[in-house]
Amino acid sequence: MILYELFSYDFLRVVWWLLLGVLLIGFALTDGFDMGVGALLPFVGQTDTERRVVINTVGPVWEGNQVWFILGGGAIFAAWPPLYAVSFSGFYLAMFLILAALILRPVGFKYRSKRDSAAWRSGWDWALFVGGAVPALVFGVAVGNVLQGVPFELTPDLYPLYPGSAFGKLFGLLNPFALLCGLVSLSMLLTHGAAWLSIKTEGFVQTRAQNIGGITGVATIVLYAVAGLWLAFGIDGYALVTEAAPDGPSNPLYTEVTRGVSWMAAYADRPWIAIAPVLGFLGMAMAVRAIRSGGEVSALLWSKLGIFGAISSVGLTMFPFILPSSLSPDSSLTVWDSSSSHQTLFVMLVATVIFLPLILAYTAWVYRVLWGKVTEDDVAGNSETLY
Amino acid sequence: MELDVVELSRLQFALTAMYHFLFVPLTLGLSILVAIMETVYVMTDRPIWRQMTKFWGTLFGINFVLGVATGITMEFQFGMNWSYYSHYVGDVFGAPLAIEGLMAFFLEATFVGLFFFGWDKLSKTAHCVVAWLVAIGSNFSALWILIANGWMQNPVGAEFNPDTMRMEMTSFFEVMFNEVAQSKFVHTVSAGYVTASVFVLGVSAWYLLKGRHIELAKRSITVAASFGLASALSVVVLGDESGYETSHNQKMKLAAIEAMWETHEAPAAFTLIGFPDQEARETHYAIEIPWVMGLIGTRSLTTEIPGIADLVAEAEDRIRSGIIAYDALMTIRAERDATPPDVRATFEEHSDDLGYAMLLKRYVDDPRDADDALIETTSWDTVPTVWPLFWAFRIMVVLGFSFIAVMAYFFYRSSFKGQTYPRWALRAAVWIIPAPWIAAEMGWIVAEFGRQPWTVDGVLPTALSASNLSVTDLLLTLAGFITFYTILFIVEMGLMLKYIRKGPYQDVDVTDQWTTRHENRLRGPVGTPAE
Repeated sequence: MILYELFSYDFLRVVWWLLLGVLLIGFALTDGFDMGVGALLPFVGQTDTERRVVINTVGPVWEGNQVWFILGGGAIFAAWPPLYAVSFSGFYLAMFLILAALILRPVGFKYRSKRDSAAWRSGWDWALFVGGAVPALVFGVAVGNVLQGVPFELTPDLYPLYPGSAFGKLFGLLNPFALLCGLVSLSMLLTHGAAWLSIKTEGFVQTRAQNIGGITGVATIVLYAVAGLWLAFGIDGYALVTEAAPDGPSNPLYTEVTRGVSWMAAYADRPWIAIAPVLGFLGMAMAVRAIRSGGEVSALLWSKLGIFGAISSVGLTMFPFILPSSLSPDSSLTVWDSSSSHQTLFVMLVATVIFLPLILAYTAWVYRVLWGKVTEDDVAGNSETLY
Repeated sequence: MELDVVELSRLQFALTAMYHFLFVPLTLGLSILVAIMETVYVMTDRPIWRQMTKFWGTLFGINFVLGVATGITMEFQFGMNWSYYSHYVGDVFGAPLAIEGLMAFFLEATFVGLFFFGWDKLSKTAHCVVAWLVAIGSNFSALWILIANGWMQNPVGAEFNPDTMRMEMTSFFEVMFNEVAQSKFVHTVSAGYVTASVFVLGVSAWYLLKGRHIELAKRSITVAASFGLASALSVVVLGDESGYETSHNQKMKLAAIEAMWETHEAPAAFTLIGFPDQEARETHYAIEIPWVMGLIGTRSLTTEIPGIADLVAEAEDRIRSGIIAYDALMTIRAERDATPPDVRATFEEHSDDLGYAMLLKRYVDDPRDADDALIETTSWDTVPTVWPLFWAFRIMVVLGFSFIAVMAYFFYRSSFKGQTYPRWALRAAVWIIPAPWIAAEMGWIVAEFGRQPWTVDGVLPTALSASNLSVTDLLLTLAGFITFYTILFIVEMGLMLKYIRKGPYQDVDVTDQWTTRHENRLRGPVGTPAE
């Protein structure tokens, strides 16, 4: 018996599409507040001790959180190789910016408080700001570009081509709609970071974080709504012309794709997906309310719901598309034609079923051990073991 | 050498991988040494071991963070710079990378924070368990990365699928238990243990020379020398050798390491030193030791080791067979819905050699257009540049043996000479601190430069693997990485030296408490007090 045929190929593809969402959302929910905290650092912390408090709220957890991102990369490579190949090389300089920012961040956390010099520390504070704000913005910009389609083309050998010069491609990514999406994700993660800080800190830092979070939360709601309207009326969506073969070979060129229909047609076909944007709005609105009324844990939970809704809304709207091509729509990558082989998807699912619950369990345990506020006394009395 | 996108991508990969590999070996070994020290602390309850755990743990942390940071680059570089590679083998190669994240990296990264921040929040035993989880996570991480790398050296458990134009996994079991991957894993982690042992030994020796932190230094030397001796023996005895029989490219690599241009009668001689000349296809001024090569390479006196010329002839046959496969593939693609069964059969028969036909794509768009002369020239492309391999291997081996000597000496002094060390030996221990890094980088060159001209042996030539990027793209990111990595390296070294100079954080309170608690025993007749 062939074990992997236990699950059909199309079923595994849908499961891996969902898992792709789980990983991206997992990343946004965990590392998202690290990025938000990094971007808020220079504003919520005025003195050195306050900044150390802020850094130490994420000090013990950012490393684990960042693995969601690494694992996301690895899982895309393993489960959606064409997506990994096309997007990472197509967004080349943007990816480099994210990489640089994400390399800066761990080093900043770890090294900032290892020297007493004020210049050294303020240099790393700005590095942490960049390490938080730049990825938060660029991830949204990437989503904005995916929704519009990316100018790539697959040769018959499935070699991805992206015409254009290096800077032309980079600045092409920075179009108005994509920048708007970037602002959505930046303000969303700032709110998330503020919610985290209001749990983990007290006094001035907490108040400042709550003040900023209240504003960025409202900004998120407005920007998300504007982006939604723009998407509905100003952006051409994509649709399959030939009927997809959900268990066919993973060759994107086998299906024909057209551009011009609205993405919002998805809401007519599958009205239930409207729940995603509704949860997005609800979560963010409630998060704002909680932050303003001083709710700590509730603010973070609502903010998580908002992020969950917002990210899911993108995936559900585009289904079955994962990465449409604006240059050659037939090259577009969909759930049905850009996955790994049947067997690889199965093997990876087995590994995920074993390890993901374990990861969630020990991550939860670590958070529980570290539960509680980080105070100025904590960091002042602990300059050896804390950041 | 013309700097095209492929060459620049290779340069970038080599730089970022070798840079990443400055931090990895120390992480692999130091995580275990720290966990051992903490275990001793939990078992004996003596604060000096806690102090050691914290001190070496701090240095571990400074190093670990750059390992993590530069590792992100590695995970993304395949897609950024090697997009055709990613498409072509992602189905097989991506899986171990993803499992590494799931099984290993999550574990080490989640618990490393708790290791540093959890001293006051966890019981002693729980904290020690956390230290071991970090160590286990790091080492499992190496396992999966080397399973992925082992597949590039010896691509088992996969076949080409004409419908999707890529390699697909046929047996995960074979990929996982690939013998090249397994021997690489043992070799690489042992090298990491040696690196950490030499590091701990050298830093401790420096303290002894300065007359500082004597208790910490002496104990650290004992731990490092015992662990280091076992690891240094393992790294040499369980070297990569066992994998060199398994595939054509591995045999080619072995022949290139030895600069063996022709096949010699078994058992072959080992060229101790010489000057390999790629053009003339011979090695000048070679000093040979009879029999040794045959013994190392085949563990037998009668098995022949094929020389470069014979392997090239073999490659030529495979190119011709690959062209047949390529021709069948084009027919299959053109008549997807109605491929004649005999064409499929022809493809199946020759598909193992398809990669060899793709070597021709550097020169002609369609491999079927290649004439005999081109096929012959191309077959010589399968020989990697010999001299870097020849020398890198020799430097690595000499260093490998010297680590055994150093560790054995310190182990002997520590076990039988009452932990006394002559000053010259301590000075030597300080001076050899960089040596394991040199050996590790040389090992990387032997393994990966020796893999050329393939990214995946016999399957995908390097020349076809790169992304569709411009030279500007590559120069920008290359300049970015070089600047960025240089700054980080200076910062890292500065902090490392600062914390080494500063020495261990004094656990005075705890030490006092412990001394009071054990006062009776310390005064007792049995032994001399250790603190």
